[in-house]
Amino acid sequence: MQAALETAGEKTRAAGATQIHRLTLRVGALSGVVPAALRFAFDALKGESPAATAELEIENVPAVGWCAGCAAEFDVAEINYECPRCHQPSGELRRGREMDLVSLEIS
Amino acid sequence: MCQECGCSKPGPYKIDGRPTEPHTHSHTHADGTVHTHSHDEHDHAHGHHHHDHGHDHPHQVLNLNTGILNANDRAAEQNRGAFKALNLLVLNVVSSPGAGKTTLLTKTLNELKGRLRAGVIVGDLATDNDAARLRTTGAPVVQIATGTLCHLEAGMVAEAMKQLDLRALDLLIIENVGNLVCPASFDLGEAVRVVVHSVTEGEDKPLKYPPMFHSADVVVVTKTDMAAAAGFDRELALKNIRQASPRAKIFELSARTGDGIAAWCDYLVALKTGAATAG
Repeated sequence: MQAALETAGEKTRAAGATQIHRLTLRVGALSGVVPAALRFAFDALKGESPAATAELEIENVPAVGWCAGCAAEFDVAEINYECPRCHQPSGELRRGREMDLVSLEIS
Repeated sequence: MCQECGCSKPGPYKIDGRPTEPHTHSHTHADGTVHTHSHDEHDHAHGHHHHDHGHDHPHQVLNLNTGILNANDRAAEQNRGAFKALNLLVLNVVSSPGAGKTTLLTKTLNELKGRLRAGVIVGDLATDNDAARLRTTGAPVVQIATGTLCHLEAGMVAEAMKQLDLRALDLLIIENVGNLVCPASFDLGEAVRVVVHSVTEGEDKPLKYPPMFHSADVVVVTKTDMAAAAGFDRELALKNIRQASPRAKIFELSARTGDGIAAWCDYLVALKTGAATAG
């Protein structure tokens, strides 16, 4: 969250603005980030930043794997990286590791 | 902050027994208060601006869609760039405590003599016992004593590698703190992550610690000479490893008897020459 606020602060200053009204993050299910912990960290850290009064919006992304054999995506449930069609394990994760700063509403 | 187990920020850590100094500095805010804090990184552009605006600006939406790297990931990327520039093959070796990392590495260093020039950075909470064992091979070894921290971080590796003549090395092996949880989340800038799994740990470790196994490029099953005594179900263990680590190349060996060591060392040489790829 510290890194998100630093990046957000840099982008806000670069755009010639001083205040962040809304901060939108994208968090993958396998990013290692727990949204509730993120909100807690945001509330604890925002005080000294341009995001002091900002609203935090979190977009959650479920984990999706890719099976090369079937040329199809599949949902990764828990730790099972196996394609539900052909039952081959796949090491390719298409989505679910995101930790992105999506957008900022600033002035 | 370790996001896996919630352990505290790194405290003071030691490299080869010498304490490292955190980088601290002070700056004065517009209201006159002086604020002192420390940084993990030494080079940074930094500024705190406090503006008092009485007028309204129109709201503007910035669409950024940019990834957020935390401080460790940034440091890891710096390490990775340095390793690449030096054409240095770097392994991050992780396992639970007692899986046999140090025994495996001691054997590996001895076998690689004359083939690859290798150095080691070894992390433990305390003692330099592992470093002393590794030094018996003649390889340069740097010990990081993490104090209370349960994993190595990229910044610690950056500090420790200053103690090594990296230009004189082909291979740098980082032996992480024995822990199958937290080191999974801390990229050190390595090219190859090696998870060591001993037969005495049973067959279901990969299912119990999925993030670590999923991040593996290589899984080394060690202590195969003890498989029968441990009642190790090899087929089940390999199935579980393949499920949790679909990308990983698997080696089975005994560092004590030397069985399987040649294939593992040949693989490291092939990785270095580009004849093999990780995973």
